[in-house]
Amino acid sequence: MSATVAIMRERFDPSRHGALLALAVILLFNLLVTPNFLQAQTLFVNISQVATIAIVAMGMTLVIATGGIDLSVGAIMALSGALAPLIFLSDFAAANPTLGLTASIVVPVFVALCCGIFNGVLVSFLNVQPIVATLIFFISGRGLAQVLTNGNLQTFTNPSFSYLGTGRVLGLPFQGWLVLLIALILYWVVTRSIFGRQLLAVGGNERAARLSGIPVHRVKIGAYVICAGLSGLAGLIVVAINSASDAARIGNLMELDAIAAAVVGGTLLQGGRAPIFGAILGAVIIQLVKYTLLANGIADEVALIAKAGIIIAAVYLQQARKE
Amino acid sequence: MTDFIQMTGIGKSFAGIIALKDASLAIRPGEVHAIIGQNGAGKSTLIKILTGVYRRDAGDVRKDGKPLAVSTPREAQDAGIATIYQELSLVPLRSVTENVVMGYEPRTRFGLIDWKAAHARTREILARFGVDVDVTRQLGSYSTAIQQLVAIARAVSLDAKLVIMDEATSSLDDQEIETLFSVVRNLRDSGVAVLYISHFLDELYQICDRVTIMRDGQTVATHVVAETTKLGLVSEMLGRDASEIQAAGLTALSGGHGNPGEVLLEAEGLRSKTGLRGTSFNIRKREIVGLGGLLGSGRTEAARAVFGLDAVSEGRVRHHSGAALDTPAQAIALGMGFLTEDRKADGIIPHMSVRENITLAMLPRLKRMGAVDRERERELVAHYIDALQIKTSGMEQPIRELSGGNQQKVLLARWLALEPEILILDEPTRGVDVGAKFEIQSIIRKQVADGLAVLLISSEFEELVEGADRIVVLQEGRSVSELQNPGITEGALINAIAHHHERSVA
Amino acid sequence: MLDTNSFDLRRFLQGGGHSFGVWVALVAMILFGLLRYENFGSAYNISSFLNYNAMFIVISVGMCFVILTGGIDLSVGSVAAFTSVIAAYLSPFGIEVALPGAVLAGLAIGCLNAIFVVAMRIPPFIATLATMLGAKGGALVISGAQTISIDWTSNFTKLGMENAFGLLPWTIVITAFVVIALWVVLERTSLGRTVLAVGGGEDASTMMGLNVNRAKVFVYALSGGCGGLAGVFLASGFGAGQPLEGVGWELSAIASVVVGGTLLTGGMGTVGATVAGALLLGLVFNILNFENGRGVISLSAYWQMVIRGGFLFVVILLQSQLASRAKGVTQ
Repeated sequence: MSATVAIMRERFDPSRHGALLALAVILLFNLLVTPNFLQAQTLFVNISQVATIAIVAMGMTLVIATGGIDLSVGAIMALSGALAPLIFLSDFAAANPTLGLTASIVVPVFVALCCGIFNGVLVSFLNVQPIVATLIFFISGRGLAQVLTNGNLQTFTNPSFSYLGTGRVLGLPFQGWLVLLIALILYWVVTRSIFGRQLLAVGGNERAARLSGIPVHRVKIGAYVICAGLSGLAGLIVVAINSASDAARIGNLMELDAIAAAVVGGTLLQGGRAPIFGAILGAVIIQLVKYTLLANGIADEVALIAKAGIIIAAVYLQQARKE
Repeated sequence: MTDFIQMTGIGKSFAGIIALKDASLAIRPGEVHAIIGQNGAGKSTLIKILTGVYRRDAGDVRKDGKPLAVSTPREAQDAGIATIYQELSLVPLRSVTENVVMGYEPRTRFGLIDWKAAHARTREILARFGVDVDVTRQLGSYSTAIQQLVAIARAVSLDAKLVIMDEATSSLDDQEIETLFSVVRNLRDSGVAVLYISHFLDELYQICDRVTIMRDGQTVATHVVAETTKLGLVSEMLGRDASEIQAAGLTALSGGHGNPGEVLLEAEGLRSKTGLRGTSFNIRKREIVGLGGLLGSGRTEAARAVFGLDAVSEGRVRHHSGAALDTPAQAIALGMGFLTEDRKADGIIPHMSVRENITLAMLPRLKRMGAVDRERERELVAHYIDALQIKTSGMEQPIRELSGGNQQKVLLARWLALEPEILILDEPTRGVDVGAKFEIQSIIRKQVADGLAVLLISSEFEELVEGADRIVVLQEGRSVSELQNPGITEGALINAIAHHHERSVA
Repeated sequence: MLDTNSFDLRRFLQGGGHSFGVWVALVAMILFGLLRYENFGSAYNISSFLNYNAMFIVISVGMCFVILTGGIDLSVGSVAAFTSVIAAYLSPFGIEVALPGAVLAGLAIGCLNAIFVVAMRIPPFIATLATMLGAKGGALVISGAQTISIDWTSNFTKLGMENAFGLLPWTIVITAFVVIALWVVLERTSLGRTVLAVGGGEDASTMMGLNVNRAKVFVYALSGGCGGLAGVFLASGFGAGQPLEGVGWELSAIASVVVGGTLLTGGMGTVGATVAGALLLGLVFNILNFENGRGVISLSAYWQMVIRGGFLFVVILLQSQLASRAKGVTQ
């Protein structure tokens, strides 16, 4: 009896196959309706746009897998995105271009990691609910970025740095390859590594995990740190794409996109599951919906409503499956 | 006498699986009626149909001879049926008064809640039970016993004609149970019927008038309690011959026959914020040490302290290796395991497979270049599924789909896979059916013969008396005496607990 | 024995005992302001402070009810933006139409949240996230992403400018009325107590025969309605419907509720402490403005966000200390 149930589940998993189905429908629709959809340019645009969402969504997936949530991703993107130009436009970087460039990537990501430690410590050691803990940086992180830049738009021309957002490898955008690399690493982490198993155990039943000797605090902090680090990286990419940094706009509403992508990709909000490629799938769906509407002359605002519909549908399917 | 509640031909299935078929139950006014049966016999399903939590597929429910239609707990309450569930159906964050009057608050002229009247009514009802507490304080700040009585007070305040008590005594100590029973007798004398569900057969003889036995979703029989024997009831519950059971003994543990080895772990004068006030005991190789005592005597707390879960403020835990023991991770590294009381909350990871659940505690040992050594993992898991006869469709089946007894075996496998020196078992057979219980007990005994040391906590005196080689009796967080098997009887254990109790009072 | 029979200041202030700190902090902050700045206690400052913060108080109180059931409502900011546009469009018909119209629009979105959460069993966080996006999109669509000026010839403008009974601006009077009404609902009605019970234990509440779904529908509808009222205040305060406003309001509201000592898991908290929390967070800005005005320091507006976040951090630290101490006592 239960064996057949197990097989059936493997064959049809609405939370995953629903998303694939949605992707197929969107692609089909675009092929039929959207002008010039089947062009390399379309692919490039979408890959470079989706990369940041996908990178953050993968981090978010890990955090949600522990039963948490991270609202601070957008603010952390702003912080790291504001820091990078400050560093490579400084006098120091003008004197040592290579060192300056390295620092402009390493330092922002390091700052982001520290934010992650802060979030993780609050959530684990101080037992603060994740929404509240990450609310702190959500509110103050962007403020901090604006304080650093005095609220100014920083524009620059720095081809080496811009490679992050505009470079090509084998003809495809560099950040697309970066997404793939990160995904492969995280997939290995989740499915094969000890840390991954511990992560899912903490999300599945924290008390049982603690009793089984799993370092729950460390695992949780790890998830928030990875998520924050990836957000920092995504912030750099956004700045590199635009060759400009506006602390008020970088990563704005990213937390929503990332959560939506994770959920559409099949992450259970109550924790215990971390489908990494699902998160990418979710990000692609969200990006394509945005693109489809835009390419067909429908206002950006309507895309918000569409996104809302997608989120509700995805979670409703998840919910229906559970019951 | 006409029946107050009459349920006949009740059928109910969940997703094609039959939970009840042709079950029946008749409760007379002013009687204490027991329902007994193994796990899965359909007791709670039947109750939940009566209280409007589930809807029946077939059958007839009558109250005072008239058809009764309830589809929500609220309607059941309004029909005079109040339920006190095993896991308390109250809100600990809110005040005592609120929990008693919630949904039926007295109102002032303006239609607002009259707190003065509500507090007064609550105090008055609780006073009838001999309980005097600050009714404005949070319910959660009181003991489980008080909370049970508050639940009953709620039933009384709603003028219930039938009070259903589901495992009401499972977390009470003797004195508290006595108070509860006197309240139950009080209710009965005032014409209220009580439906009593309990795993403890002894209680039936103390408090119940009639008993209905259920098995496999059907009602087997209803007897007047005074006309039954314990053995007879058990044989009807199991559907087995009385003589068969007698020959097998009631448990598969039999303590006092091994020859224990050297001391592995020693707890000395433990004191803690969790309520330990001087607990000392030791555990030796090849023996089962029982912790005896009432609820709140510090049994689980002692186990938690030894396992590094709770901090010890005074005294110390000495492991024979001399290593420190401050966290569960350290304890596990030192070869200790802790099978906890609450399987759902502290044990299983529901989403994970049987395989992942079994190897959870031993992940560090399966490490190969940062990853889990899957090959070794599968080997190990296959071995334990086989050795413990875990009934599963395969090691990848999610643990939540297994029965309670098999889940417990998986958790036992989780700890046995560590090949521990010392295993702490907190209520290892609670809530599992008789067959699995027997199996689990046999496995434990076999492991002990091979050298395992066990610290056993059990509310079932039989399990403790028959199973343990020694019993350390705890009382109010202190270890007060030690009994040695063979030679321990239930009477002796009860005596030991009671004796010290009297002395400490005097 | 603590007597909570009639109106009890301590119950009002303290709720579950977690919220005492917020009152102390509020009083301390006010004293600080009074002693340090000359015009801090002026009628003008008090009135404009309350006038500006009215919308935040209203949504915080609505949020408080949702959080008390163990839920959350992320849509309030977008709802306010949406309804401010509605209010602006309806302003030519006068306040009699614009105010109820906007509140009803908010209520409708709140009901949508309720349907998602109660009927479709979608987790509140996600359900209200979706309506947040939806309402934001809706506001932008109907306004064409432009601010919509209110009709200056109508009586709608009186709301923020004219004093009720010659005493206080209407905005403040309405807010006070809403706060008091909701305080009574929470403390003295069966519905209010059910809201608390649901957050304290949903299954237990069902078992007790309480109408859990009704309580949940109520809180989401209420929060939507409060968002609608905030939208009216927003439109009147800025003289225009603001489709782009409301970003991050939900988090400010959550912060107010948390600062007020309400448990995010529900079951414990009060209206009074939430209002205190909202005032406290508002005062941070107010005092910062005064400090800038003295010319000793000059902190940009961006610092306000940083300080707010820092403030939240301190409060959370204190609360987690309190919570762990309380836990130690009960054990």
